[in-house]
Amino acid sequence: MSRRASGAKTSSRTARGALQSHWQQHLKIASDSFKRLLQQPSATLMTIAVIGIALLLPSTLFVSMNNLNALSDNINGASKITLYLHDNHNEVEALQVSEQLLQRESIATATYVSPAQAAAEFSVYSGLGDVIEALEENPLPGSIIVTPARIDANTAQALAEELAQINIVSSTQLDLEWVERLQRFLQLVQRASTGLMLILALAVLFIVGNTIRLAIEGRRAEIVVVKLVGGTNSYVARPFLYAGAYYGLAGSLLACIMLGLLMWAVSGPARALLALYDSDFQLRTLGFSSTLLLLLIGTGLGWLGALISVRQHLTDIEPA
Amino acid sequence: MIKFDNVSKRYPGGHQALSQVDFELADGEMAFLTGRSGAGKSTLLKLIMLMETSSQGQIFVNGKNLSRMPSHRIPFYRRRIGVVFQDHQLLFDRNVFENVALPLQIEGYPKHEADRRVRAALDKVGLLKKEKMLPITLSGGEQQRIGIARAVVNRPQILLADEPTGNLDPELAAEIMNLFEQFNQVGVSMLIASHDLSLITRLQHRILTLDNGRLVHDAHHTAAGAQPKGVKQ
Repeated sequence: MSRRASGAKTSSRTARGALQSHWQQHLKIASDSFKRLLQQPSATLMTIAVIGIALLLPSTLFVSMNNLNALSDNINGASKITLYLHDNHNEVEALQVSEQLLQRESIATATYVSPAQAAAEFSVYSGLGDVIEALEENPLPGSIIVTPARIDANTAQALAEELAQINIVSSTQLDLEWVERLQRFLQLVQRASTGLMLILALAVLFIVGNTIRLAIEGRRAEIVVVKLVGGTNSYVARPFLYAGAYYGLAGSLLACIMLGLLMWAVSGPARALLALYDSDFQLRTLGFSSTLLLLLIGTGLGWLGALISVRQHLTDIEPA
Repeated sequence: MIKFDNVSKRYPGGHQALSQVDFELADGEMAFLTGRSGAGKSTLLKLIMLMETSSQGQIFVNGKNLSRMPSHRIPFYRRRIGVVFQDHQLLFDRNVFENVALPLQIEGYPKHEADRRVRAALDKVGLLKKEKMLPITLSGGEQQRIGIARAVVNRPQILLADEPTGNLDPELAAEIMNLFEQFNQVGVSMLIASHDLSLITRLQHRILTLDNGRLVHDAHHTAAGAQPKGVKQ
């Protein structure tokens, strides 16, 4: 009896066997949908290229932001507070004060510049040495130049105000305004690029979604047959979800490669530029974890785009 | 096994495809469904497959009321029913073996088990030697036999066929019917739609006749029964 035999077979299939065949089934579908993409190489490559470019832009922004942030940290170290001393200050006393300042944890360096040194430096850097010499008296005050250990606009401001209380200090000048401006500018760029990333992520969803929609249309007859012989919606959807994930993975891989080439192309000029500023700053690449993240995001977006498309179009196809 | 209880089907356009159809097909029974084109044969089969739902009345298959079946159960229900189509509904980008294996693949059978069953089904329909060929390279009769192998590969309780011999010459048609009878002999309930009266009256089984959506005749055909003229025994 065919029917009874079938019943016995079904019940005798162990849970382990079922699980094993579940993975077998997944593996088969995964490899089938991979082969299917290879069957139409030019269409597949076009889609991957579009996804790759859509992902390249946000990843380039990400790397640029990363570099600018690192660079601005680097620059922050160079910012300083100048303490101008009273005209009648005693040089020994000034040296003592700068020694004391060095003891503080909040201060990285403190250097005393005497009026005579200041005049000498001024002559050298301004080329107006003659003017200074023409004057009877040295008009330049002595100063202590302080580099804060940690720089952000607020603590540096507080430190400057505190240092202004020292009795030999007549005034302080905080050389931080431009650092603050740079930080604000970076915040602006960061916000803008986050928005752009979201928009481009959406673009990837649409690209994959549309590609999958066309694939579903192209396989309409097959879908009907599969549903007729008992394929569930999720079974029918599976190959398309795999295809979406493949598109996303391949697109993000392409983006990584293009980004690598781009970095390689700009690294020479960037190094030359930074050398002009005496900077030992190293250009930062995407790095291992960020590369992994990009691949994951790309794959996830491809899968999600396919899922949205499948939800919209696949359930409509019913045998009739 | 299959029970129609006062079933009517009206399509959205207003076409009344079936009107108050009542019949019951017992477990292991074999019956033909006949009538002119447009009499409602295909609609009746589609209702059993849940490709359409009835506008009125109730259909029970294996004791289950189809109008109460939630849509997510439908695929699992269809796996218990084999269907043979007039136009075969084969996948032309896959070979014979893969076409027949499809229902087992969907059910997630382990490969060795699936392979064994596919070969058994192909052997039954006489296509074992052509398993690697593409359906398009085979004749109409052979394509129909692929469809039959696919319909029986997961050993369904019920086999439905919609004009399975529609495009075949009489000799091939008789062969196909013979195949169906063999399945019926091992306990499969069968309902076969066909307008080929001369063929089906020769095979002494129950015949349900539809006319304009109504079940007008329901008789078990025996050699002694009334037969259309000119039919050889």
